[in-house]
Amino acid sequence: MTWTVALDVAAAACLLTGALLALVAAIGVLRMPDLLSRMHAATKPQVLGTVLVVLGVGLRLRDPSTVALLALVVVLQMTTSVVSSHLIGRASFRAGQVRHDLLVVDELSEVLDHEEPRGAP
Amino acid sequence: MSPVTRTRRDGTSRPARHRAVQLPAVVVLTLVWLALWGSVAPLYVLGGVLVAVGTCLVFPLPPVDLAARVRPLLLLALLGRFLVDVVRASVQVSRVVLTRGHVRNAVVAVDLESSSDFVLTLVAAMLSLVPGSVVVEARRSTHTLYLHVLDVPDAEAAEAFRRSALELEQRVLAALPPRASEEVPA
Repeated sequence: MTWTVALDVAAAACLLTGALLALVAAIGVLRMPDLLSRMHAATKPQVLGTVLVVLGVGLRLRDPSTVALLALVVVLQMTTSVVSSHLIGRASFRAGQVRHDLLVVDELSEVLDHEEPRGAP
Repeated sequence: MSPVTRTRRDGTSRPARHRAVQLPAVVVLTLVWLALWGSVAPLYVLGGVLVAVGTCLVFPLPPVDLAARVRPLLLLALLGRFLVDVVRASVQVSRVVLTRGHVRNAVVAVDLESSSDFVLTLVAAMLSLVPGSVVVEARRSTHTLYLHVLDVPDAEAAEAFRRSALELEQRVLAALPPRASEEVPA
């Protein structure tokens, strides 16, 4: 088995695993009971999924300028998904879109109840 | 951390002004520009630097003060452990999604030991990227993160998550120890 074949096989494995994780994320959006649980299912396996798909593409194309572009995709994906998931989670919690019956421990509601609503943290 | 202030000639104080064009930002933005063009020809580098300087002038941001030394080996260990965590948690979340329709969750408060904004941001970002936990609220004043955690069957598991989050903070502090002069007495 030559190097190119080995790299192609690795690329195929990465692409398939990444696609599988994206599928699981889609199923999770349908199956999970409330907004925050759905966010876990939708945003998180998808981070690793995106990384794996991008890695697979990079292993297949093996072109320095493309790899630089793909690295940019991963970095931007990781930085923006953190911020967006935090903002959606924060907004949903403050808007009361949380099913408290699903929470075993809730250490935030007791804190939020005691303070005046305000914009800045 | 309070904003840095300068004293005016008449004795009143004003917030310190920082330079809009900072070298690290220019370097990073130029690299992004080169990655987008896919070429490192001199003309592209020149264009990238011009665009980067322009961007910094139009959208000025305060400088990021790392205020930390770097221990390369421990930083590598931190990143390696992080990758392992991401993969393991991805598998775990996938299993929960596929096998169970009914999950119990928890909102856990994590009081960070360090008082540095940089450590707070880094720990929050890393915890967010690991599947199964989302930061729903962050208190800068008390350095507390409130995380929504997926699949927590009981209070014991919530406690275990809090411990693992604090261990992550310890690994961050070990890899990027704050400089002695920057340490704020608690």
